[in-house]
Amino acid sequence: MRSALDIARDVRSGATTAENEMATSLAAIRARNDELNVFLFVDEEGALDAARRVDERVTRGEDVGALAGVPIALKDNLCQSGVPTTAGSKILKGWRPPYSATVVGRLLDAGAVPMGKTNMDEFAMGSSTETSAFGPTRNPLNVERVPGGSSGGSASAVAADMTPLSLGSDTGGSIRQPAALCGLVGVKPTYGLVSRYGLIAFASSLDQIGPFAKNVADAAALLEVIAGHDPMDSTSLPELAPSLLSHVNDGVAGKRVGLVRELFDGAAAEVVAEVERAAEALRDAGATIVELSVPEIHLGLSAYYLIAPAEASSNLARYDGVRYGLRVDADDVAAMNEATRTAGFGAEVKRRIMLGTYALSAGYYDAYYGQALKVRTQLIDAFRRAYLEADLLLGATAPTVAFAIGEKTADPMAMYLSDVFTIPTNLAGDAAISVPFGTGEADLPIGVQLLGPGRSEAGLFAAARVLELADGRS
Amino acid sequence: MTLRDGWEMVIGLEVHTELKTSTKMFCGCANEFGSEPNTNVCPVCLGLPGSLPVLNVRAVDLAMAIGFALHSTIGFSTFHRKNYFYPDMPKDFQISQYDLPINSGGYLDLPDGSRVTIERAHLEEDTGKSTHLGGSGRIHGADRSLVDYNRSGVPLVEIVSGPDIRSSAQARGYASELRGILIATGASDGRMEEGSMRIDANVSVRRPGDPLGTRCEIKNLNSLRSLHRAIDYEAARQVELVEGGAKVRQETRHWDEHLGETSTMRTKEEAEDYRYFREPDLVDLVPDTAWQERIRAGLGAMPAERRATLLARLTDPTPSQLDALEVVVDLGFDDLVLAAIDAGVEAPLALARAANELAAAIDDIANLTQDAFIATLTMEQGGELSATQAKTVLLELLAHAGDPRAIAAAKGFEQLSSDSLGETVAALITQYPDEWARFRDGDEKLAQFFIGQVMKLTKGQANGKAVIAELQSRR
Repeated sequence: MRSALDIARDVRSGATTAENEMATSLAAIRARNDELNVFLFVDEEGALDAARRVDERVTRGEDVGALAGVPIALKDNLCQSGVPTTAGSKILKGWRPPYSATVVGRLLDAGAVPMGKTNMDEFAMGSSTETSAFGPTRNPLNVERVPGGSSGGSASAVAADMTPLSLGSDTGGSIRQPAALCGLVGVKPTYGLVSRYGLIAFASSLDQIGPFAKNVADAAALLEVIAGHDPMDSTSLPELAPSLLSHVNDGVAGKRVGLVRELFDGAAAEVVAEVERAAEALRDAGATIVELSVPEIHLGLSAYYLIAPAEASSNLARYDGVRYGLRVDADDVAAMNEATRTAGFGAEVKRRIMLGTYALSAGYYDAYYGQALKVRTQLIDAFRRAYLEADLLLGATAPTVAFAIGEKTADPMAMYLSDVFTIPTNLAGDAAISVPFGTGEADLPIGVQLLGPGRSEAGLFAAARVLELADGRS
Repeated sequence: MTLRDGWEMVIGLEVHTELKTSTKMFCGCANEFGSEPNTNVCPVCLGLPGSLPVLNVRAVDLAMAIGFALHSTIGFSTFHRKNYFYPDMPKDFQISQYDLPINSGGYLDLPDGSRVTIERAHLEEDTGKSTHLGGSGRIHGADRSLVDYNRSGVPLVEIVSGPDIRSSAQARGYASELRGILIATGASDGRMEEGSMRIDANVSVRRPGDPLGTRCEIKNLNSLRSLHRAIDYEAARQVELVEGGAKVRQETRHWDEHLGETSTMRTKEEAEDYRYFREPDLVDLVPDTAWQERIRAGLGAMPAERRATLLARLTDPTPSQLDALEVVVDLGFDDLVLAAIDAGVEAPLALARAANELAAAIDDIANLTQDAFIATLTMEQGGELSATQAKTVLLELLAHAGDPRAIAAAKGFEQLSSDSLGETVAALITQYPDEWARFRDGDEKLAQFFIGQVMKLTKGQANGKAVIAELQSRR
């Protein structure tokens, strides 16, 4: 499939039409969706409407936007007015939001064509897209393997050439890890860079929406479109959206890259080898490699599994059967709440609601949630110190290549460890990008991760582009 | 009511007041009472998945105004989530302030000279409103429940007093004075009957000097009368328990206005664990000095000061004038009364008309201009209108606005004060020669007789003073 930027250029010039590109995307979706379970809902009508509106604007000679006619897939936790949105949960089955997320509005303004909603771990809780109430998504590169998660559907949509772009959300690695497992570029932007308005919350202080693409430039173009202040999100950064695409080819000459031991310790040997090869590639491009240790990174996972479930236990309280979604009737309101939530939530969601409720409970708050907040502060400080010594950090994205479907579902701890290298960035509120670099077992892709301080996206894209070229990708 | 000898009440009040903003606390929906159910709602105040709150700056203005009026310290504050399930709370958590409220500390001086400390006055959002059909009208045992989310997300300030109040009368005085302050700051309309001010009372009893007793919290008292009665009932109940050798159990109680009783809602053991934690969707609230100063500078005089100003214009006030003065300040009519006094209207007259006729038509007060009020009272004072006529003119002004002279003319009031009054009096002198002779000989009591006769003939439209003047001129 052609790149998003090529499609947008050709739609703007009239060399192709948005409707034509939309039809190509639809055909690719139809060809493999039954097999892969990527889309939970394909919005044929809405996509056709959006494409035709783009084509009309082109005909009228209007400025159609950076993503003119580019088909895009949306993770099913992004609200789009009138389009079924479930967050991968039975409790929201059939719910159609009456409003659209800010990012959806920005995509439409930029001429993108939303094709539908992609499968995900239920409420984004998972690392394999296997906790979805609607069945697992398969990795298009090897259908016996998981695509990663929780944004596995959005990763698979791009990996299977159904759409050149997609949006996911990343709370602890839910964009970067599936990007790595599917051979894509995936970005977790700085907290507050992209509005969360209309993103169904998992853990509010950690959630960020971000792009998937096959190449660095496409990912930069998409992030540029969705980034920027939004008055509907109080945590939205006040600054203007950064210029990203124009910096993609800035290179890394003179940059200090911190190779952080804790960001690949425990990863498979083949993954560690690729991280080291990436360091060499960056050195060859003019960067200085600094070996660093940030021991606090090891504390990230346990802090995350208190903070994220605590916030989730509150965010998911509203699914009570009173106003929308599933309702299981019972004798009184409390019994109805209980019956609805018992039937509507899957095991992983229930596990985290219980964990989070416990962590916030009177008598336990200080020992669990309170302690986790302190660890979070320590981690933020540790990253700040690291960024005094390096402009950006390098490590692995995931410990292994894509694992087999069913391999980790019985062992939550093993599953949680998939995110050990990605979680620290969410806790710090910083930016990180996963870029494909080499392959491992069964010829499956490996992703390396570049991390930077808040609002360092332009530099991260430039470094990712260096790796993309070094890995023999155009 | 007083407690049995040797017992003392200890009362602390939590007053929730809805803020008079035009929009809700975290969204742009209209904040108004009485709309069709579920019409002032949006994704945010319905708590739809993906929606996020954005703080209404006007709510912060009003919260700070309350803080200044209560001598609180205003500072760095944060929002927390208070988590519990209830069908009229769409997110199943309430956004409130917890350990860092916008207003900390402070006090309120009552007209009786006592001072009640304020612990805090914090911002939070209101819930929706449930109506339970069938059964007792409460959620348990109801056949069906309907929820109106128009109130969901309306900004509230909760004002928490110290446990300083020692009687139901003082509690009532506190609530009443606080209500006056809320109105004076523009923060609230103080309408308890519409639920815009609701009170929870923490009540315990003890022997004076003993440590605090176990308290019970009585929820949702929505009139000053209920507050007074509920506290008296609850304190007496507790004294009876303790004197009978039992212990007071810490619990939350419901006040039944019809039965005049409190009853258990939930015990301490059943109390919710609210699992407070910082609201991650909002940022810290840090009102800077310039913002605080702008609010402080915009504050008008508080009721105590306004009562003093008005009192200074009365000579030897009677108890009923003092009552009228409180009403007038309470309702915010003191500026009107002062303007009338400045224009030459006698203070007792201005006070009486404001405390009675104006107070009775408070919803229409916007129709009455200051000039019209002064003109009407000046006509009454000058004998052009009788008291009854002046009241009629005021009611007409309140109902439809207009010019008082034109209204008086339209109703035929002015003619009575001139020619026709003379004719009426002349006719009565002829009709009652004996009474007239006694009056002429100095029996002033007879003046009342003639006034009564004139009133009867004119159906009350004559001015008493004008009648006396007419009688004197013919003496």
